[in-house]
Amino acid sequence: MATENNVNDLPLPKKNPLSLQIDLSKFEKATDEEKKQQDVMSESTTFFKDGMRKLMKNPLAVGSIIVLILIILMMIVTPHVVPYTYSQIITVDGKRDTGAKNLKPFQYSKMEQAYIAKGGKVFPHVMGTDELSRDYFVRVVYGTRVSFMVGVFASLIVGIIGVLYGSISGYSGGKTDMIMMRIVDIIYSLPDLLVIILLSVVFKETLDFSKVPILQKLGANMVSMFLVFGLLYWVGMARLVRGQILTIKENEYVLAARAIGARPNRIIWHHILPNCISVIIISIALEIPSAIFTESYLSFIGLGVALPMPSLGALASDARSGMQSYPLKLVFPALMIVLIVLAFNLLGDGLRDAFDPKLRK
Amino acid sequence: MDISTIDVEEKVKKNEEDSVLRVKNLHTSFFTDSGEVKAVNGVSFNLTKGKILGIVGESGSGKSVTAYSIMQILADTGRVVEGEILYKGKNVLNFGKKEMHDFRGDKCSIIFQDPMTSLNPTFTIGSQMNEAIMLHTDKKHKKEATARSIELLQMVGVNEPEKRIKQYPHELSGGMRQRVMIAMALACEPDILIADEPTTALDVTIQAQILELMKELQHKMGMAIILVTHDLGVIASMCDEIIVMYGGRVCERGTAEDIFYRPSHEYTKGLLRSIPNISNMKERLVPIAGSPINLLNMPKGCAFCARCENALKICLEQVPDEMQMPDGHYASCWLNVKKQLEEEKANGEQ
Amino acid sequence: MASSEYLVEVKDLKEYFPIKTGFFGTTPLKAVDGVSFNIKPGETLGLVGESGCGKTTVGRTLLRLYKPTSGEFYFDGQLVDDKNITDLRRQMQMIFQDPYSSLNPRMTVEDIIGEPLDVHKLYSNRAERREKILHLMELVGLNAEHATRYAHEFSGGQRQRIGIARALAVNPKFIVCDEPVSALDVSIQAQVINMFEDLQEKLGVAYLFIAHDLLVVHHISQRIAVMYLGRIVEIADADELNTHPIHPYTLSLLSAVPIPDPKIAKESKRIILDGDVPSPMHMPTGCPFRTRCRYATEHCAQECPSLTDRGNGHMVACFEK
Repeated sequence: MATENNVNDLPLPKKNPLSLQIDLSKFEKATDEEKKQQDVMSESTTFFKDGMRKLMKNPLAVGSIIVLILIILMMIVTPHVVPYTYSQIITVDGKRDTGAKNLKPFQYSKMEQAYIAKGGKVFPHVMGTDELSRDYFVRVVYGTRVSFMVGVFASLIVGIIGVLYGSISGYSGGKTDMIMMRIVDIIYSLPDLLVIILLSVVFKETLDFSKVPILQKLGANMVSMFLVFGLLYWVGMARLVRGQILTIKENEYVLAARAIGARPNRIIWHHILPNCISVIIISIALEIPSAIFTESYLSFIGLGVALPMPSLGALASDARSGMQSYPLKLVFPALMIVLIVLAFNLLGDGLRDAFDPKLRK
Repeated sequence: MDISTIDVEEKVKKNEEDSVLRVKNLHTSFFTDSGEVKAVNGVSFNLTKGKILGIVGESGSGKSVTAYSIMQILADTGRVVEGEILYKGKNVLNFGKKEMHDFRGDKCSIIFQDPMTSLNPTFTIGSQMNEAIMLHTDKKHKKEATARSIELLQMVGVNEPEKRIKQYPHELSGGMRQRVMIAMALACEPDILIADEPTTALDVTIQAQILELMKELQHKMGMAIILVTHDLGVIASMCDEIIVMYGGRVCERGTAEDIFYRPSHEYTKGLLRSIPNISNMKERLVPIAGSPINLLNMPKGCAFCARCENALKICLEQVPDEMQMPDGHYASCWLNVKKQLEEEKANGEQ
Repeated sequence: MASSEYLVEVKDLKEYFPIKTGFFGTTPLKAVDGVSFNIKPGETLGLVGESGCGKTTVGRTLLRLYKPTSGEFYFDGQLVDDKNITDLRRQMQMIFQDPYSSLNPRMTVEDIIGEPLDVHKLYSNRAERREKILHLMELVGLNAEHATRYAHEFSGGQRQRIGIARALAVNPKFIVCDEPVSALDVSIQAQVINMFEDLQEKLGVAYLFIAHDLLVVHHISQRIAVMYLGRIVEIADADELNTHPIHPYTLSLLSAVPIPDPKIAKESKRIILDGDVPSPMHMPTGCPFRTRCRYATEHCAQECPSLTDRGNGHMVACFEK
């Protein structure tokens, strides 16, 4: 049993004097300053800084941010650089080029080739053209823009309504909470597709958009889509916010604020909302891709934005007819949808890992 | 001096023979986002057969991590980086899956602070106990296992055990749940029972019940207990031997009397001064200044140096070695070295 | 009401929580069932009991965080009700148990301590606010440089200091301390306890010190009240209670305390109580302690004993002892 370095017989009193081995000057009392140096507080970090540091360490999230920035840049820059519009037939040297149908990427039509031969400059068709001789790249970029906007605004609407409703319900509690949550349950049980179809039909018939230029440009379908998001999809957010508030309300700091004499208003704004804001932002970020997806599939079945305005779903739907001869036309908008949705989802996940208090230690 | 040396040697030899578990120079670290956290930093001790060893320390002192390292139930980010844990001469750290399975449960069991989270709320007490029994003993039939469960529950003082085994954990009180956990831990009559803050979540009167029960069972079954706690009162009433930990290191180890009546480490002394004095309750407390140590930001020298009122220059620079005190217990404090130096000097002058 | 010698007078306080038992029905959970006590200015009353005995509820009901079911509470001779509670919260405050959940993680130390000042508009300009905050931080031994840091950057003891500074911001006469040291490490507990004593000496505040650690309560309190299942069973001077406990529950509670001294601890005989605390939903008839009491008789099952004076203000609620 007795092994070499036995823990128990190590420090038996030594025969040779200790003073020979150790520097005696070190056995003086340490000053307070010297001790203080040992007791430094770690560097100040805020919740936000700490979360950002974690987010930046997540390669998928960083990749998504880069992809999203590139897409946004593309949406902003393209209309200023590419000399085509999404709704008009390509013009070469001032004349409409009806022969530029269904070109392959980087291919030039006969008129353009002639123009180039004369020494004129023609911007290449990065993704070819469609069957109406419109530049497809510009259409895809505009489609992205539309889908992106729909996604962001729809989730903002959802966020605002959901947060307001959920926080009122969660904070008041009792009967108010019960009634408000039953309303949520009813809305939850409505089939959304049916409501969208109904609304878009009703709007087309009843609303007069001609006076409001923006609405006119968007079209009845688009407006009904926002309305549907506003009316239907906030319920998930409201439930989430209510749940958050119910847990935060139990925290002692809320009790402490009440003991101080703070009013409900102050408690909601200073104590409850700041503590669930990270969860709200995360779920809004995750709501964006689902809104884009909904927009795309609604456009795909013809309930989306009005022609000639493109959206990614509408482009994909159009490309369906010529899928066998021109498969690339389906690939480009589909690829954009995938990129955007994936990037937002990964970013949302990354945000959750970095900011969700439940996952933090 | 000579007499005590002989005493000490005998003590060491005796320890050798009766030891069930020896931990040598254990280092356990957690690898987190913010860097390596050295939770246990060179801990060595000896667990004697049939004795209760107390590990006492504040939060972050590494007392629980030491216990978890023995059981190999560290969180994913944690790893034993150095050292040996010898059970009957074999290193637990080198155990394969099968050996580890046998060690955990059969030879060594653990009970935790919160009995609610260590019991599965979706199964009855009986089915959870049966599972443990069937897994670790030769009782492979459900009937046998149930009989054993009832016997065990009776042993830990659960009334109406036949009824209890059909109940779910939430139907029992905290004290009852802890009794069930103890019964499960003792199912295989282990050599070692690790109790990680077993009574912290319980009320004083229930704590007294559980502590009494643990003592009684220990007498009956003769196992060794490692009792991890922050409560000096619990330690004093339960333990034969005590390890005081701070910042992942052992400050002092010895018998209960050594630690409480002859503390030789500044931290132990401070700890004892900071609890109300029983003989004079109104006497002002003497707290230890400063804040608990930040494991991410450990000082170069002694972990306690920043809070120690008598810290020496060397304390800030160098980690003290463990040194044996004249009465045979061990402390790691430079002040003891200084005292020895002064004595030597005085002797030399004579 | 004429001003009396007591700062806090609680008379027959009851707090029942409705608990859903069926689809429509609710049963009252008697968390506090007729509690009366007084506290003099600058005095500390310790309130001890096991979890679920209602001690925390008493503290919270005094500050009207819960609306009392019945009973009266006079503060400084004034009956506390829903109308004057907002003003009275400038004179009484609360310190919470958990230093982690009692501070808002999104606020800086400065804003946490400054919140009572904001709520009660206790400053005329930003500079005055800051000055007051720094003074409070100094008072509780916090470094002024740390004012802009967030609560999560501090250790438990320092967080509790922040909580104390917040309570002191309104300059209260009475503070309910709800287990303020039980979540702290032993070495830090002593720091905080000493601070409570210093502050009492300096500012003359009265404390209701709620805790389950009898040693700590004995150390800090002048008088101690022992609670069991929503009722006070014994109330006496701290030393008197520890040397001459009368109620069988106090007796067993005291003997169950593990004494941090091996010789005393190993020699002392514990009175081990059988069984668990009954659920407050199904309270035993008569005396709530009779199910675990060695001396219980028929009388105890029929009638609940009330507090009677056994001399020198030592009040006990027991028929048999």
